[in-house]
Amino acid sequence: MAFFLEVLTGGLLTGVLYSLVALGFVLIFKASGVFNFAQGAMVLFAALFFVGFIDLGVPVVLSAILTIAVMILLAYLIERLVLSHLVNQEAISLFMATIGISYFLDGFGQTIWGSDIRRLDIGLPQDAFVFGASVLGDDIFVNELDVVAAVVAGALVAVLAVFFSKTKIGRALRAVADDHQAAMSVGIPLRSIWMIVWAVAGIVGLVAGIMWGAKLGVQFSLSLVALKALPVLILGGFTSVPGAIVGGLMIGAGEKLAEVYLGPVIGGAIEDWFAYMLAMIFLLFRPQGLFGEKIIERI
Amino acid sequence: MSFKKLALALTGAALLAAPAVSSAVAAENEQFIPSLVYRTGPYSPNGTPVANGFADYFNMLNARDGGINGVKLVVEECETGYNTAKGVECYERLKGKGPTGATAFNPMSTGITYALIEKATADKIPIISMGYGRTAAGDGRVFPYVFPLVTTYWDDATAIIKYIAGQEGGYDKLKGKKIALVFHNSAYGKEPIPILKKMAAKYGYKFSEFPVQHPGLEQKATWLQIGRRLKPDWVILWGWGVMNSTAIKEAAAVRFPRDRMVGVWWSGAEQDVLPAGKGATGYTASTFHGAGADYAFLKDIKKYVYDAGNGKGKKENVGQVLYNRGALNAMLEAEAIRTAQEKFGKRPLTGEEVQWGLENLNLTAERIKEIGFEGFIAPLKISCRDHVGGGKIRIQKWDGKKWVWASEWLESDRSMVRPMIEEAAAQYAKEKGITPRDCK
Repeated sequence: MAFFLEVLTGGLLTGVLYSLVALGFVLIFKASGVFNFAQGAMVLFAALFFVGFIDLGVPVVLSAILTIAVMILLAYLIERLVLSHLVNQEAISLFMATIGISYFLDGFGQTIWGSDIRRLDIGLPQDAFVFGASVLGDDIFVNELDVVAAVVAGALVAVLAVFFSKTKIGRALRAVADDHQAAMSVGIPLRSIWMIVWAVAGIVGLVAGIMWGAKLGVQFSLSLVALKALPVLILGGFTSVPGAIVGGLMIGAGEKLAEVYLGPVIGGAIEDWFAYMLAMIFLLFRPQGLFGEKIIERI
Repeated sequence: MSFKKLALALTGAALLAAPAVSSAVAAENEQFIPSLVYRTGPYSPNGTPVANGFADYFNMLNARDGGINGVKLVVEECETGYNTAKGVECYERLKGKGPTGATAFNPMSTGITYALIEKATADKIPIISMGYGRTAAGDGRVFPYVFPLVTTYWDDATAIIKYIAGQEGGYDKLKGKKIALVFHNSAYGKEPIPILKKMAAKYGYKFSEFPVQHPGLEQKATWLQIGRRLKPDWVILWGWGVMNSTAIKEAAAVRFPRDRMVGVWWSGAEQDVLPAGKGATGYTASTFHGAGADYAFLKDIKKYVYDAGNGKGKKENVGQVLYNRGALNAMLEAEAIRTAQEKFGKRPLTGEEVQWGLENLNLTAERIKEIGFEGFIAPLKISCRDHVGGGKIRIQKWDGKKWVWASEWLESDRSMVRPMIEEAAAQYAKEKGITPRDCK
C-alpha cells in the first residue's frame, strides 16, 4: 500500500511539472487558436537566459526580471515580425510559423549561451522527505523539488485564473479567443492581445524552465519536455487552464502506475507511450478534452 | 588590347593564380581527415567536447610537428546532429575529398556506424568506432574495414562485473546478489544484456533489466521500482545524454547509494554528473582512458593550440572526459597513419593504406609514453583478426568536483567475449554472404 501511494504521489507531482509546460500552450491556443510548436523552445530559451545571467554574476531575482524582459521583447518581435503578417490566415500557416520560431529559438539561444549543460542551483530543495512509516508500515519518499513545483504551479494557475476573469486584459483575451473579428469590431486590439499572451506564455515558460532546469540542468533536452505536454493537453483540453492541471495530474499518475504495475508484464519503458495511448483513448470518447470547449458548427 | 594592358592582365592573372597553385601544391601533401560531429541537437553537450578534442589533437600535431612526417593533417567537420541519415550524407560528401580521399571515418554514433559498414567496406575506407558501434566488428576477418578500437561494450560489461566482484570480495560472493541494468532502450543500450545474462548464469547473481525510453527525461517510476522495491546490490547504468544525469538524480531521490552504481563509459562524463549536483558524489563509471588535464599531450594541446588562439573550445574544458576521448580517437588515427607511412612512404595515404596501418597498430607502453599518453591508456595491439586490441578498463569515481581513479586497469574476460564476437561475426557473414578473410 505504501509503495502504491509513493508511486501515485510521485506521479501526481511529476504531472504538475508537465502541467507547467502545458499551460504555455493553453494560453496561446486560447487567445489565437494557434498550437504553439515553439513552447518547448521557449522553455529552453528562457532557462538559458536565466542561468546565463546567473552565471555572469547577476543576482537571481534580477536574472529573473531580466529574463522576463527578454521574453517580453521576444513576444513583441514574434508579433511584429511573424504573426502580424499572418492575421486572418489559416491556423495551419500560423502553426507552421511556430515551427520556424521553434528552430530559430533553439539555435539562437545556444548561439548566445553555448551548448554546454549548465547547472541551475538557486537553492531549490533537492532532497526527499520521508513520512508514513507509522501509519502505513513503510516509508514514503517524496521529492522536495516536486512539492515546490506543485506549489508554484498552483500559485501560477491562481494568478492566471484571476488574470483571465478579473482584469480588463483578461476579458479582452477571452473575447479574442471566442471570436477574432467580433473582438476587433468592438475595438479590442488583436495584435496587442497577441503580444501580451505570447509574453505571458514566455513567462510561464520561464517558470517551467526553472523547475525543469533545476531537475535536469539547463540543456537542449529541456525543449523536449514539450513532448510531455501534448497528452496533457489532449486530456485537459487545449483551452482550459484548470484542464492543463487536471490533465497533467492524470498523465503523471497514469504513466507512473502503468510503468510500475504494467511495465514488467510487457517489457518496461512504457512510461512515454502510455501517456499518448491514454490521450488517444480519451480522444475517442471526448475529443475536446475534459474541460475543452465543445465545438458545434452548423453546416 | 595594347601590350601594356596585356602585360598588366597577365601579371594580374599570375598573381591571382599564384596562391591557387601554391595551395594546390600544399594540398598534394595533405592528409584529409573527415570528422563527423554533432554540435547541435539534444546530444550536443556530449558531441561538442568530443569534436573539440579530435580537432585540437590534429591541430596540435600540425603546430608542434608540422603534421605527421611532414604531411599536414586537414580536418573538415560535417554536422550530423547525431542523425543517421545526415551521417550517411556527410560520408558521401567527404569520402572523396583531399588528394587521396578520406583517411578514415569516425561516425561518433552507433547508428551511423551500422549504416556505413557496407558502404565503407566497398569504398575501402576504414571506420573507427572507438568504444561504440558494432561489437561483432572486432572480428577483422569478417569486418576488414571496421575498427571498434581499444575495447567493446561486451568487454566493458565483463570488466564492470569484475570490479563489482572485487568490491564484494570475489566472484564467489556474487551468488545471490542482485544486479540491475538501467539502459537506454535502443540497440546501444541493449548491447550488454546477452553477456550480463551469461555471466549471471555463471556467477549466480540475479539480473534485472530496466529499459528507459529516449530521451529519458523522466525516470521516477523506474527508480521507485529499483530503490524502493527491488533494492539491488548494484546498478549498472547504460545511458546516454540527459538520461544519465536524470538517473543519477533519481537514484539520489530514492537514496540508492551512488557508489553502488557503475556506468558504462558513455555514462561517465562531467556532463552526466554536474547537473545532478552533490547527488552525484560517489558515483562510479568505467572508462578506457584518463580524465583531467595532467597528461603531456594535453599540455601540448594547450601550449601549441590554445595559447596560439586556435582552440576549438574553451581552454578550461581541455581534460574533460569527452574532450579527452576525442583526442584519444585522433591519436589512434594519427598513429595508424604513422604506422602506414612506414610501409607506404611519407606521403598522404589512401583509406586502404590506412586500413593496413590500423591492422598493424601496436601501441606499446614505450610508445604511449613517447607520445605523451603515459597513464592515460593501457597498451593495445591490433591485428588482422582482432580489431579491438585488448585495451583495458578502469573505474573512475566522481568525488564531487572531479573524476578520480577507483580501480587499477582491469582486464576484461576475453575468454568469454572473444568467442561471442566471433559467433556474432560469423552470423553476420552468413547473413551477408561474406567469406571471412584468412588472417594467418
